[in-house]
Amino acid sequence: MLRILYQTLRTGLVTEKTLPEADKKIEIVGNALREEVHKRFHRSLTIREIDAGSCNGCELEIHAMNNPHYDCERFGVHFTASPRFADVLFVTGPVSRNMEIALKRTVDATPAPKIVVAVGDCAACGGVFGTSYASLGAVENVVPVDVKVPGCPPSPAALIRALLEAVGRK
Amino acid sequence: MVAPPVEQVLAEQFGGLLRIDDASREGVLILSLPADEIHEAARIVKKSGGRLAAEWATDDTPFGRELALWTAFAVPVPDSAKDRFILIRSDVPIRNPLFPTLTGSFAAAYRFERIISSFFGIDSIGHPDRRPWIRHEDWPDGFFPLRKNVSIDAPFVRSEGSYEWIRGDGEGVYEIPVGPVHAGIIEPGHFRFQAVGETILNLEERLGYVHKGIEKRFESLSWAEGARLAGRISGDSTFAHALAWCLAVEEMAGILVPPRAAWLRALLLERERIANHLGDIGAIANDAAFAFLLAQLSRLREEVLRLNRSLFGHRLLMDRIVPGGVSADLDAKGIEAILIEMDRLSAEFERLVVIYDENPSLQDRVVTTGIVTKKTAADLGLVGFVARASGIPSDRRVRFPFPPYDELMVREATRSNGDVNDRVWVRIEEVRESIRLIREILTRLPGGPALPSESLQVRPQPGLTGLGVVEGWRGEIVTWVQAGPSGEVHRVMVRDPSQVNWLGLERAVLGNIVPDFPLCNKSFNQSYSGHDL
Repeated sequence: MLRILYQTLRTGLVTEKTLPEADKKIEIVGNALREEVHKRFHRSLTIREIDAGSCNGCELEIHAMNNPHYDCERFGVHFTASPRFADVLFVTGPVSRNMEIALKRTVDATPAPKIVVAVGDCAACGGVFGTSYASLGAVENVVPVDVKVPGCPPSPAALIRALLEAVGRK
Repeated sequence: MVAPPVEQVLAEQFGGLLRIDDASREGVLILSLPADEIHEAARIVKKSGGRLAAEWATDDTPFGRELALWTAFAVPVPDSAKDRFILIRSDVPIRNPLFPTLTGSFAAAYRFERIISSFFGIDSIGHPDRRPWIRHEDWPDGFFPLRKNVSIDAPFVRSEGSYEWIRGDGEGVYEIPVGPVHAGIIEPGHFRFQAVGETILNLEERLGYVHKGIEKRFESLSWAEGARLAGRISGDSTFAHALAWCLAVEEMAGILVPPRAAWLRALLLERERIANHLGDIGAIANDAAFAFLLAQLSRLREEVLRLNRSLFGHRLLMDRIVPGGVSADLDAKGIEAILIEMDRLSAEFERLVVIYDENPSLQDRVVTTGIVTKKTAADLGLVGFVARASGIPSDRRVRFPFPPYDELMVREATRSNGDVNDRVWVRIEEVRESIRLIREILTRLPGGPALPSESLQVRPQPGLTGLGVVEGWRGEIVTWVQAGPSGEVHRVMVRDPSQVNWLGLERAVLGNIVPDFPLCNKSFNQSYSGHDL
């Protein structure tokens, strides 16, 4: 137990005020996001992630939104296990033929109003996989999309900015 | 008495039926044999301690031939820690596309042959399971996408169909279906448990949800474009997959890589290994409700990714490699930055390892959970850290090294219990070893160019093949490429470690309680995308 406490003290607070790879201050984006979340979503914005055919690169960066450097929960944003509780859907990947039905069902299971965010180049435009017998390409080919986040994969900072854009729109 | 080499035993057994197609390559022998005899050959290879690394088909009609079955065996070299690969090609007629199953000798053939049947319509006689794999039940009948007469954007009309699940019966047996959309931020797949109380009687996986037609897509790209697609087979192993692609293409086309590029490739491969091991060890601890380690290790992982971005231009190292070299070089400042990072990372990591090891509530969850015995691992032909945790040396950096690993002397980590804890420990030791290797690579990094010469073009002879084998963080990746009649991409076969290791998970969970499944699953952390392709 002592070791854990020492390690915690030694590490200190690593959660950042500024984004390392962008000039925009994350707290400006974050505070604006928190305000929107407070105003419109009763202080809690809930995201359900759906991998509709991704290579798992986008999943790694969505995970990173929760690491201590970004800590997106401080803005009232958190991920849920069930689409029934979700305000926002993060959809990654080109939509594979074998995920088409599951994606539609998950979107249907999410109560309206819902915001669908196409995360990454594949979700936004089909990416390297394009359309084929196995892939339906961009998410908007299958379900309506509100916001697209380009990037292969988009960085955690870009994802946080995209959330602000998404909640500001609805 | 020294046992004769496998090819000699095969030659004695088959006489004139066996032909040597190519014996000129280092560590790779290419043979051909009639398809009717392939299961006999597999039996002989098995007896000599060999392993079925991959099994796939090609449609050779553009060459004026018919279909073909390929098998790749990894065979130990006597009196050494090394393996070599024996590839056997067998003609398969289009009108009667059958061959005898290899499942009698190698369990790994179980899914390879279901894939061959699903994508080529070539069936294996005697296979115990006739159900399709990756091909879901609503795919149109007679639609075999990897045949040459099917275009990549062929119309696709869903049909009616059903899938026969394995069922348990008896008093108190119940079923838990999970997925394809899972609870966490993870890839889709379906798991079906048969359970009594909390105990798992059987787990049946059903995958294929993220099948994107990658192998077919390769056939519409140029050799240069292929590296980018290979880097998106499994995002967490982007560098390892792109490297396996480049090695295969370079072997096929006889392209030499400048020494500096080879060493930089090893550097990036080890950085990818460290980043993934850090994230996963934390995630395993988190699945046992010890979030402290997840926070600490994901912080360290983030720092590795940030340095990747500032030095090489991409957090996950996507598109940093091309046939003939790498696409990012490193200056003296960069070397210094990595050496400082390694010192810091090593000190931080060691403190966390002690916390992992001394936490009784965590140890209670991970020790003796999800055991894969050495025998099971060997029978299934498992690879990577999963095999090593069960006591099977399998590190391709040692057993089938490409430059510079032939000079680096990697110390392979193995354990013997095969539980969640041992899989974590193999990965802890691999982080330590990767830190050591990175320091060594940076001190010995040769000068000269790292980027390929601008005039480099991949123009292989028709029909030539190439094999790339890489130990990614998850385990052995095997990529095989073949040039078509005009030197274009004819066929690409990718065997991600997940394609064999998913079988291991089905065995690891037996007799465990359902709430330990996430822990077992995370300790394997197999790729869905790399499996489904």
